[in-house]
Amino acid sequence: MADLSIDFAGIKSPNPFWLASAPPANSGEQVMRAFDAGWGGAVWKTLGDPIVNVSSRFGAIDYAGQKVMGFNNIELITDRPLEVNLREIREVKRRYPKHAVVVSLMTETRDDWRVLIRRCEDAGADGLELNFGCPHGMCERGMGSSVGQEPKLLQEITAWTKEFAKTPVLVKLTPNIGDILDPGIAAVRGGADGLALINTIKSIIGVDLDRLIPEPRVGVASTNGGYCGPAVKPIALHMVAALAREPKITVPISGIGGISNWRDAAEFIALGSTSVQVCTAVMHYGYRIVEDMIDGLSSYLDQHGMTSVRELVGRAIPGFREWGELDLGYQIVARIDADKCIGCQLCVAACRDGAHQCIFTGPDDQTRPPQAHFPGTAPAPRPQVIGALAGDRVPWVDEPECVGCNLCALVCPVPGCITMEQTSGESGDTWNRRVSEGRDKVPGGIHDG
Amino acid sequence: MNSLLELLSRLPAERDELELPDKKPTYSAAEAKAEADRCLYCADAPCIKACPTEIDIPTFIKKIATGNVRGSAKTIFEQNLLGYSCARVCPVEVLCVGACVYNAWHREPIAIGRLQRYATEKATAHGETPLLARSSGASRAPDGADEASSQAGGARKKVALVGAGPASLACAGYLALEGHDAVIFEKRALPGGLNTTGIAPYKLHAQDALHEIAWVEALGVAIQTGVEVGKDVRGEDLLRDYDAVYLGVGLGEDTKLRIPGEDGPGIYGATAWIEAMKLARAQGTSPKNARVLVIGGGNTAIDVARECALLGAAEVTMVYRRDTASMSGYAHEMEGARKEGVRLVTHATPVAFERDASGALTGLRVSLKSDTQGAPGEQVLACDMVAVAIGQSKMHAIAAEFPGVTVDGRGCIVADPATGATGNPKVFSGGDCINGGKEVVNAVADGRNTARHLERTWAGPRDARKTWPT
Repeated sequence: MADLSIDFAGIKSPNPFWLASAPPANSGEQVMRAFDAGWGGAVWKTLGDPIVNVSSRFGAIDYAGQKVMGFNNIELITDRPLEVNLREIREVKRRYPKHAVVVSLMTETRDDWRVLIRRCEDAGADGLELNFGCPHGMCERGMGSSVGQEPKLLQEITAWTKEFAKTPVLVKLTPNIGDILDPGIAAVRGGADGLALINTIKSIIGVDLDRLIPEPRVGVASTNGGYCGPAVKPIALHMVAALAREPKITVPISGIGGISNWRDAAEFIALGSTSVQVCTAVMHYGYRIVEDMIDGLSSYLDQHGMTSVRELVGRAIPGFREWGELDLGYQIVARIDADKCIGCQLCVAACRDGAHQCIFTGPDDQTRPPQAHFPGTAPAPRPQVIGALAGDRVPWVDEPECVGCNLCALVCPVPGCITMEQTSGESGDTWNRRVSEGRDKVPGGIHDG
Repeated sequence: MNSLLELLSRLPAERDELELPDKKPTYSAAEAKAEADRCLYCADAPCIKACPTEIDIPTFIKKIATGNVRGSAKTIFEQNLLGYSCARVCPVEVLCVGACVYNAWHREPIAIGRLQRYATEKATAHGETPLLARSSGASRAPDGADEASSQAGGARKKVALVGAGPASLACAGYLALEGHDAVIFEKRALPGGLNTTGIAPYKLHAQDALHEIAWVEALGVAIQTGVEVGKDVRGEDLLRDYDAVYLGVGLGEDTKLRIPGEDGPGIYGATAWIEAMKLARAQGTSPKNARVLVIGGGNTAIDVARECALLGAAEVTMVYRRDTASMSGYAHEMEGARKEGVRLVTHATPVAFERDASGALTGLRVSLKSDTQGAPGEQVLACDMVAVAIGQSKMHAIAAEFPGVTVDGRGCIVADPATGATGNPKVFSGGDCINGGKEVVNAVADGRNTARHLERTWAGPRDARKTWPT
């Protein structure tokens, strides 16, 4: 069985699964129950001067029967007295010495940072995470994402904390920025020992159409909140990978953003995360989800011949290229497995209206738009369908016209029914190469004719 | 015009049918959304083609999923004005649901009927604002008043409809929506035809059928009950006073076996028995604790058998003269009946009824043709009550009222199924009286097609290009 333990900038954890700084890591009682359930670490909900929260404070997007595809909140940092939190941190570390307890912090003045860091470290924190990401409430007070959006300020405050801290300092970044590299590099320049991202995305989750008030509603009004949950994973993956590819980023990364299961975690780790932090999935289903996360990741590593989760870190980074380096000669086409097809013809509608008009339902399909066909290509004959479930409702692909866009395979409800098959070898032709060789102009442009 | 309350006041508060609750009750909002979310929204969907009225099923289901329930009902009603009752009475298992692509995937098909019931019930609930507006009707001028008539396309026409069953109701409703005057003549005290008098109560109770009729009336349809065409009103009067006549008269009396002992107590025609059970408290016709025989193998026979079983019959046996495969009743309905405890005797031909000295029914002698259920020969099936469900007579007599209208060898009125046109250019017909007895949804399709044909015919040049969403 693969070794799941990690060493994150000196913070040791029995596995890479940490609770993110949020309601699931709000109290000692919760964190201890999480550790009992299997979580390897927790980033304590942000400490600072306690605040007063509003009610309500969470909103969610459901999609086609799936609850909480996207989630947002207008909750702020801890509303509990600092002394209570510190006492509980001490208790947790006393009972769970091998688990990672990182404390999220947010305050304003240099002196406040000094006091806060000292008291947290005295309480036994294994590390500190600077909350430069919260996009609501705290940023209006000059904290949270207002710091994360100013690389110079971020670097300066990080440097202050490094003066005071004996334990590793992680900087948690906001995605509400043009280029994630700017604050990421600033954090490293300020001396950060690690990065954590993404914090939530500035958002309005929805509008109550009866009251005509945005959600989550606080009396007669609402405000923008922080977006998270499964829907934000692609954005987070991109930002994690961007930092992981950057040579100036020399510190480990803790990946955050829509991680709900071991597959999500494995993807973050493969794109450069050393640990992963989870919040929304725990808020949805509870701490128990970590059991499958551990089991699934471990099994995945075993099946792929990796003895440690450390071997997976960044393994997908070489597979990322800039667009200009992609193979222009690589060609795939859609193939429909007539025996699996149920005849819903969603691929036909999607291809006709949303893609490249190459999937048809009969040899005399009158819907074929002539402009979709390059001169000289003839329609392929309709394949013989025998004994298929859907009979004559099985569509067929005019392969010479198929651009290999994937859309049909993406909308097909039956797994494995539409596959994308490679029809070319590696060509090595890229846009960058065409530019360098002066072949980048395709006929039919502005200055032709 | 009859209000719903007035219609309901003609129904006895206590009726046998009320003992039978809905088999497929209406969905809650959450249930409807959960089911609607499952729909794949197929392109060129096979469920649409399987529906005789070609409702755009994926669209109405998607609208439920997005919370647009009124829009959903509108999508249904555009194609099927009686979508409310069809949702409950359609044999969806052999129509839309049977065509659902999920069947090919061995997954539970979408419960289209129940979703349709949800949408149409919500949209026609008491207190809802009217869903369908007259298209150009408000501006139509009566025929002869030439002012404004060119503005609104064709002039307002008057149509008389004979029989207040689903075919006439659909035809009249769509005509009213186009701004025409539609008057239905019904010889019974209650309108609705089989929807009111003949549908199995666990699918549709009489009060729900009347609810739908009140809704159709609110579209601008007039219904005169207790008026028999051919007796109270002559065909020639209708031809003179109206621009067109629609015959939606359905079927007639139950067919008799014509075997010894049939005349006497204990033996009922199936549809007559169902009507009595639906509209009244049984007076000596209750199957409770009785040994019931149902003669026939069609859906009416299965309905009666199932209803008797549910109403507390001691035993219910269907008697059918051929094999199971030859039965015209649906397999899923027979399965439902079997679950209620109904037995089936096949290859048995009724020979004579047996009665005791007082004349009370004691048994039915049948001739068994096959050895599959014992030796061939005659056998007596003991019984206290018999329902004969071997068909209904045709309403060909009405044809004689209208010159040019003919009947075929089966006694059905001859009409073009696409338009309802008969041999008389002013007379149209649809529903059971032209097809010999099909589903409610077929009658609705017929009525709708005639309404659209008439509208197209009468439309002025401006409306000539109007296309219907068929």
